[in-house]
Amino acid sequence: MLKETGVAEPRMIRSVFPDSRVLVKPKAIIECYEAIPCDPCETACPTGAIEVGADINARPVLDVDACTGCRRCVTACPGLAIFVVSIQEDKAVFTVPYEMLPLPEEGALVNVADRCGQPIGTGEVRKVRKHADRTASITFATDKGLLYEAVTVVVDDG
Amino acid sequence: MRIREHPILRFKERSKIAFTFDGRTLYGEAGDTIAGALHANGVKELSRSLHLHRPRGFYCAIGNCASCHMTVDGEANVRTCITPLKAGMVVKTQQGKGRVDGY
Amino acid sequence: MGTEEAVVIGAGPAGLFAAYELLLAGADVTLIDRAAQAGGQLVKQTHKFFGSKEHYASIRGIDIRHRLEHALEKNGDGRLRTLYSTTVAGFYADGALACVKAERYYRLHPEVVVVATGASERTVAFAGNDLPGVYAAGAVQTLMNEQGIRPGNRALMVGSGNIGLIVAYQLMQAGIQVERVVEAADEIGGYQVHASKLRRLGVPIETKTTIKRAFGTNQVEGAEIWRLDAKGEGIAGSEERLTVDTVCLAVGLSPLVELLSQLSVDTRFIPEFGGVAPVLDETYMTSRPGVFACGDVANVEEASTAMVEGRLAGIHAAGYLNRQIPRRKEKIQALETSLRTLRSGPASEHVRKGLRKVGEHA
Repeated sequence: MLKETGVAEPRMIRSVFPDSRVLVKPKAIIECYEAIPCDPCETACPTGAIEVGADINARPVLDVDACTGCRRCVTACPGLAIFVVSIQEDKAVFTVPYEMLPLPEEGALVNVADRCGQPIGTGEVRKVRKHADRTASITFATDKGLLYEAVTVVVDDG
Repeated sequence: MRIREHPILRFKERSKIAFTFDGRTLYGEAGDTIAGALHANGVKELSRSLHLHRPRGFYCAIGNCASCHMTVDGEANVRTCITPLKAGMVVKTQQGKGRVDGY
Repeated sequence: MGTEEAVVIGAGPAGLFAAYELLLAGADVTLIDRAAQAGGQLVKQTHKFFGSKEHYASIRGIDIRHRLEHALEKNGDGRLRTLYSTTVAGFYADGALACVKAERYYRLHPEVVVVATGASERTVAFAGNDLPGVYAAGAVQTLMNEQGIRPGNRALMVGSGNIGLIVAYQLMQAGIQVERVVEAADEIGGYQVHASKLRRLGVPIETKTTIKRAFGTNQVEGAEIWRLDAKGEGIAGSEERLTVDTVCLAVGLSPLVELLSQLSVDTRFIPEFGGVAPVLDETYMTSRPGVFACGDVANVEEASTAMVEGRLAGIHAAGYLNRQIPRRKEKIQALETSLRTLRSGPASEHVRKGLRKVGEHA
């Protein structure tokens, strides 16, 4: 149970993913499973693809067709609950928010971790973006079989 | 114990400030509180409980709980968690409740 | 006539906004805080706020503080006096305030007072809970994020409300390994998104588990946690020893009502707010005319709601002073709507319950 573990169950995770055929283009995946008073994802979205509505306690709803995968919501979400993903050939390419040090190097091979922080495979860091608001975003490519499991990278600080 | 690198914050090295703690010369940085400077020097025990003399440390950081009371420049019951460190301060572990005259 | 027009006690999110509205209304304001600077707990809040644009959503507390200070300066117009490193030690029956700054005593006699003293962190009973190295979680946040000093290297977090989850995450950001977050209740108390952030970093969160004792000679050298049964009793044999030098307690807050109690205003014990809270009317005025309260001292909640409450209390306090505010009614309505929205979700159930209890006595 999410409320006991802090980790979403596979069924819940699937419910926030669009059909994988749609993911030939990058799309936002919004892992906001709980009604909390918050709407910066909606405000940040330049195409109006994310709707929270007048009651900011409502969960955000994504219009997958309108989402361009621009990543603005990734760093705007105060809960760091949004990432962008696409499938490119046999790779799943993720852009995730990251607020730890050290940041990985672009091109580096890193461990990819699941929602419990456990390493589940490796990935290649394609892009590290530093933003003015100090939440970085990291784009990494990993095996497409990890589409529903991968959420972050593990960077050795040695 | 000082944080030099942080993903969100910038902690620049600031000018060093010398003070004494129970007779030892220690160094803090400009902008430290007294308790913060002691912590940075690895001093976690700030006072002793009145009856059982158990060690007490930094607890609330808002000047509310009395766990960090020390004698500073002769003044007893200084809330070291909110009092800025100044050069040359004489900081002592306080014995008992402290008196207005500093003893 | 008092010697001061308006005094705001506490320069945190609620107090800063109360002062801001009073200044906008043209009042002379004295803003007092026992800390050396304004901001209250915003000065250490490195996380981005929730809420909507009007609540500074997606902006970090540390940055909100600078915006507020700037807004105060801009609207102060020479009418704002700040007394920092100043403790209000007494609130007397005749309305006088006794303030202490660097061993000097000041007596103020304001026409209105807005009390925005906030809350203090609670502790919890276990063997060794008085050892150095056992900290209130918010205190550790101050040490790390404001002063840049690590409390230790390995930490146990007790409590999984938003403060526990946020501070555990910030411990990791400061390079301190969080060995475990333990929560006595059946469920994680704070927002799921905060819990998930921590889990992704590999930090375990265990519900129905709490600290049994902290041990060490002169400071914490370790802690023992144990599982709780359905009645909340520790299960013998379930103990686990953790090697930690830091134990953080995030077990709730209590309103800092001492000043209001000195004045004998009506208060009531509200378990949802963690202690005794003042009874307020719809203008945020206590049972003592001219004395207002807002923010955590009135009801322990989030900084975003404290900011809105501060504005409302400031506007009402200005009204009490017969200061004219353009479009006052619309402004109040908009702010009240904003508060209702922030509080209308399931995460605010306890706040609504607490407010109902206070309301029964207004």
